[in-house]
Amino acid sequence: MQSSPSDVLIIGSGAVGAAVAFFCAKAGLSVRVVDKGRPGGGTSSRCEGNLLVSDKEHGPELDLANYSLGLWRGELAEFAHLWEFENKGGIIVASQESSMASLQRALQVQRQHGIEVEEIDVPGLKELEPNVTDQAVGAAFYPDDCQVMPMLLTAHLLRMAREAGAELLFDTEVTGMVRTGDQIQGVRTSQGTYYAQTVINAAGPWGAEVAELAGVNVPVGPRRGYVLVTEPLPPMVFRKVYAAEYIDNVGSSEEGLQASPVVEGTQAGSILIGSSRERVGFDHTLNPEALQMIARNAIALFPFLQETRILRHYFGFRPYSPDHVPVIGPDPRVPGLWHACGHEGAGIGLSVGTGKLIAQALTGEQTDIELGPFSPARFDTAAVPEGQEVP
Amino acid sequence: MTAGEFRTVTVTVDGRRVTTEAGRTVAATLMLAEDRLHWRETRFAGKGRGLFCGIGVCFDCLVTVDGQPSLRACLVQVAEGMSIETEPMDG
Amino acid sequence: MADTENTYEVAVIGAGPAGLAAASEAAAGGAHTVLIDAAGQFGGQYWRHADEQSSSEDPAVWHHGWKTYTGLASAVDDAISAGKLQYLPASHVIAAEAGSPFSLSIAPVPESQPEHQGLTQIRAHTVVLCPGAYDRQLPVPGWTLPGVMAAGGIQAFIKTQGISPGQRVVLGGTGPFLLSAAASVLQAGAEVAAICESSDLTGWVPRGVSAALVPSKGKEGAEYIALLARHRVPYFRRRAVVAIHGDQRATAVSTARLNRDGKALPGTERIIEDVDLVGLGWGFVPQSELVVQLGAQMFRDADGSLVAEVDKDQQSSVPGLYLAGEITGVAGATAAVAEGRIAGRQVAGLRGGGRPPRSSADIKDRVLRRNHRLFAQAMHRAHPLPQQWPEWLTDETVICRCEEVPWQKTKEAIDSLSAEEPRGLKGATRIGMGWCQGRMCGQAADCLASSDSADVAQAVARRGPAIPVSLRALAGESGRESS
Ligand SMILES: Cc1cc2nc3c(=O)[nH]c(=O)nc-3n(C[C@H](O)[C@H](O)[C@H](O)COP(=O)(O)OP(=O)(O)OC[C@H]3O[C@@H](n4cnc5c(N)ncnc54)[C@H](O)[C@@H]3O)c2cc1C
Ligand SMILES: Cc1cc2nc3c(=O)[nH]c(=O)nc-3n(C[C@H](O)[C@H](O)[C@H](O)COP(=O)(O)OP(=O)(O)OC[C@H]3O[C@@H](n4cnc5c(N)ncnc54)[C@H](O)[C@@H]3O)c2cc1C
Ligand code: FES
Repeated sequence: MQSSPSDVLIIGSGAVGAAVAFFCAKAGLSVRVVDKGRPGGGTSSRCEGNLLVSDKEHGPELDLANYSLGLWRGELAEFAHLWEFENKGGIIVASQESSMASLQRALQVQRQHGIEVEEIDVPGLKELEPNVTDQAVGAAFYPDDCQVMPMLLTAHLLRMAREAGAELLFDTEVTGMVRTGDQIQGVRTSQGTYYAQTVINAAGPWGAEVAELAGVNVPVGPRRGYVLVTEPLPPMVFRKVYAAEYIDNVGSSEEGLQASPVVEGTQAGSILIGSSRERVGFDHTLNPEALQMIARNAIALFPFLQETRILRHYFGFRPYSPDHVPVIGPDPRVPGLWHACGHEGAGIGLSVGTGKLIAQALTGEQTDIELGPFSPARFDTAAVPEGQEVP
Repeated sequence: MTAGEFRTVTVTVDGRRVTTEAGRTVAATLMLAEDRLHWRETRFAGKGRGLFCGIGVCFDCLVTVDGQPSLRACLVQVAEGMSIETEPMDG
Repeated sequence: MADTENTYEVAVIGAGPAGLAAASEAAAGGAHTVLIDAAGQFGGQYWRHADEQSSSEDPAVWHHGWKTYTGLASAVDDAISAGKLQYLPASHVIAAEAGSPFSLSIAPVPESQPEHQGLTQIRAHTVVLCPGAYDRQLPVPGWTLPGVMAAGGIQAFIKTQGISPGQRVVLGGTGPFLLSAAASVLQAGAEVAAICESSDLTGWVPRGVSAALVPSKGKEGAEYIALLARHRVPYFRRRAVVAIHGDQRATAVSTARLNRDGKALPGTERIIEDVDLVGLGWGFVPQSELVVQLGAQMFRDADGSLVAEVDKDQQSSVPGLYLAGEITGVAGATAAVAEGRIAGRQVAGLRGGGRPPRSSADIKDRVLRRNHRLFAQAMHRAHPLPQQWPEWLTDETVICRCEEVPWQKTKEAIDSLSAEEPRGLKGATRIGMGWCQGRMCGQAADCLASSDSADVAQAVARRGPAIPVSLRALAGESGRESS
């Protein structure tokens, strides 16, 4: 049995693949999505749903974040309730004079790049977050920080893509590329071969593995993070609250374990506490130290949490890109192959911007923001040598 | 211990003094001494809940004991002077 | 170097029939053993009994095989007094990591040890995991009403409190355990208004031979039947409790006759009024989270449960990890004891390096195990879950008790969000995200799933921590000792 070729074949049904599918289908392209697992069963169901501008440094990632924010609040506003979109604002709390000083320096830079942020004093902080630690010496408030429920986001984007004509194939693993000469013509999967004009690698932390199937190096790999989920409580935490050290962690490339708390309430009543960062490959063994570090930091930020019970902890693998810039756009090394991966700790927030830009580029429109800085052209041309470990 | 030594225990339930037998669980005390089948309210629909699994797995029976919230009433044994707080509801 | 104080040759998790048997044999064989149990006293589910500190009642009245219990309990007590075994009651193993040695994180159970907060780490060269099971549930309209309990929960209440939690009781579900729960209710002086067994029991007939292998079961069953007959308890086959009625509490039930697929047959509905307690039980679910954490090979048993594979010596696919009791397949207390003994002897015997010699007691236990396993397989086949139970539901029926997710929302997620698999369903609806982490709604989610592979069930059973634990505890004791 031979299925007809599609305009676009998307590998991966996480938030990014789903958003690409949705925008492409909406733009009139014929779309097929294949995933080796279940819908959104990768990182997008093992993460949190913060849409942050507060943790971004200026550069392409911030541009994409701002662009995505415009979509969340504009074009996609009518669906906001489906994925529990909330514009709740974020607060960075400094508990030491020294971290307050670095926070103030960061604010200055962020303001210059158009991020909206107010410095707030302790009484102002207590008004926004009455349960925060008494150790706080100051804070910054980011009115633009938002949140969504990632699994609902992914599920509804996939549904809407399907309703716009996309075909979704699950339990279908891509095992190879079909090429004619250099040109990619489709993919070989565990369920047969599918042809397409354009194949898009939206395989998240498996992005390097998929690129390797096409013989190119895209150094995106897993960076593990744990999240703790508390018992449901009446509202105790009102914004997304995190500690000043968090910003440093996001930007670092440290292999070792790092953790700083991001504490947020959810509509269902549980509080999510994340998250750690460690580069340990796709390691599924428990790291009690990560849990301990997150727990300690969270208690320091919200002392009431001490008596709160954790119902569950889980971990996911962020699609880590060494320069912290996602990989988006056509691969000049392999015609027919595009990438949409490597969004690290921000792929939920950046998914919609990524999807829309790809749809624009594929339909020959001028993209709303430049794709250049995200181009895979920045990686070396060599394929990954056999046996080399992917970062 | 000889039989009869600690036959009864007095606890407070939402401030009321209640006398029960030693060895009772908090759940059994609420059910037998107070004739209550539910002592917790669900957070969305506000429905009453009490014992369900009876062995500490379902967490339907949560109460506050001596100030500590969210303990499983089916597992806590009463003790002299224990203070039990429930989520009282109509009916 | 690991400190020797917290390192044991053998750690037995669970002090039910399987764990007690394993611990007593391991200690008798000279192994430096620790017995860790979430409950405050020995017994597990089967031999759950009144608080020993305050009750003067003889628990034997509520139990079968109480002599076996007292024998095992005193053997373990003796080992404790002799300093050969350390017993950690009211201690829940929340995480386990395989390795040599294994490492276990243990949280105090706050209901029994409120003053204790931190986690303890223990290492053991061999682990015998005997975590038992809990009641398996299927949602029906009204199952969240106060006055509806798990059948095993009723049993546990009577065994510990000596009194029935309701005076006029309807029991529904499937399996011989309903009879045992009914017997306890009667013995406690309450009335059983009806027992609704969804199966027609014809599945037993061709396998009558399995029942004959296990005379103790036959005898127990005959006793129940005589008791029920004496009390004129109405016992229905191929009938189910399809709805429970009441406002603030359960006051009545609707029962209906089922067709082969488990659909309620129109016109067969009957209402039983003036009920104050409904007990529901559809078999048991083995506690699998630690097995999943440890990475042992699992499969679906004849009753659909996710259970662990073991070899003839009860060793799992993870070297050094032994399993006994319900976790290897729901087969009841006698099988659990036999498996526990086999595992306990094996781990003690292996200490010398050689293969332990087979004693006649061991051979007897192996025969017992085989017979009870065969019996259990026959039992599972004779008591299938009614396939079409979702037909009983109304749009408002709550599927997930903790997160209060109604059937309507569940159906929508399955139909439009491709959530036909428990993990996707969970993400789309919150089914299984609450306090019990899907233990009560898990069977429902599993039945609604499009796949019955063991992998799917395993992904859902990947729960950490094994019970809720305070942030203070997580933050407290060092997570991993330096080695
Ligand atoms: C702990 C944690 C917290 C986070 N918090 C946030 C946050 O607050 N905000 C935010 O924006 N982001 C957050 N993230 C990051 C975010 O989760 C990711 O960036 C995002 O989910 C990536 O989506 P994706 O679609 O690229 O990848 P994924 O969701 O991983 O999807 C990739 C898909 O590709 C499929 N696949 C892989 N290989 C193949 C193959 N060969 N064939 C077929 N299919 C294949 C996989 O099965 C998978 O479904 C967090 C991540 C973690 C781990
Ligand atoms: C509520 C209930 C009542 C039952 N009543 C009967 C009955 O009357 N008659 C009958 O024939 N069968 C009954 N059963 C069936 C029962 O499963 C078996 O009869 C028998 O108890 C199984 O023995 P076991 O040793 O495998 O497990 P169990 O008896 O269940 O013992 C397991 C023990 O391990 C502990 N445990 C589990 N996980 C952990 C952990 N992570 N850390 C520390 N400790 C842990 C548990 O608290 C428990 O004490 C009942 C089951 C249930 C759930
Ligand atoms: S009744 Fe289920 S936890 Fe107490």
